[in-house]
Amino acid sequence: MTSWPKLESFLQTDPRDVGCEQALAVLHIYVELVLAGEDPELRLPGVTAHLSACGPCNEDFEGLLAAVRA
Amino acid sequence: MSELHRLLVRVAFRELDRRRRSSAIAGPELDDIGHQAADDALLAILAKLDQFRGESKFTTWAYRFVVLELSMKLGRHFWRVPHPPPQGDEWERLPDRFGMSPESRAEWIEMIRALRQAVDEELTPHQREIFSAIVLREVPLDALVVQLGSNRNAIYKAMFDARRKLRQSLAAKGYV
Repeated sequence: MTSWPKLESFLQTDPRDVGCEQALAVLHIYVELVLAGEDPELRLPGVTAHLSACGPCNEDFEGLLAAVRA
Repeated sequence: MSELHRLLVRVAFRELDRRRRSSAIAGPELDDIGHQAADDALLAILAKLDQFRGESKFTTWAYRFVVLELSMKLGRHFWRVPHPPPQGDEWERLPDRFGMSPESRAEWIEMIRALRQAVDEELTPHQREIFSAIVLREVPLDALVVQLGSNRNAIYKAMFDARRKLRQSLAAKGYV
């Protein structure tokens, strides 16, 4: 453990990360997996990896989840 | 059709409300963005109806368009308000941004120098431009997309590659 965990976390990249385009293309499916109580990482691990690293896509995920839950 | 549009407008305004803290938009501008997002989302949905495969509820698929439209419009809105150029050396704010306190300066000062050197020597000019905007000047990624006439995926990929290079460089020097 270094003295700069936030920076280290920021620099960390996950090779499973599918990028914004692929993640957003299946965001509706991902959201419904979450709502169904399933673990979306099992079916869409690359999307989970992406959402944990991409702030804007994660914001879209949270927004879609909130919209469907409302 | 009008029922779908009504739902899209409702989703747009709820989402704007959810993001209000980060976007700080109010009044007529907020109304414009909400309605435009719903209108543009409806057009996109109609144009892509044949792409709906039934893998989710139709509303979940449709609401995605509004959320994505809002993100794009908020990215554009970022440049409609003035952003004074940062004062002093942008790198001086980096330690604070990553939670490094002045008291522990002796621990991180060499690492920050190594990071800066890696940015200068390891990144391509395009990666350096994106790193400087997002990390040093805190430009939101969707706003940078607008400024560079690019798309979110391309900017993210450039930043992803930059992060990997920088980590490798710091790891080679024993900092991470």
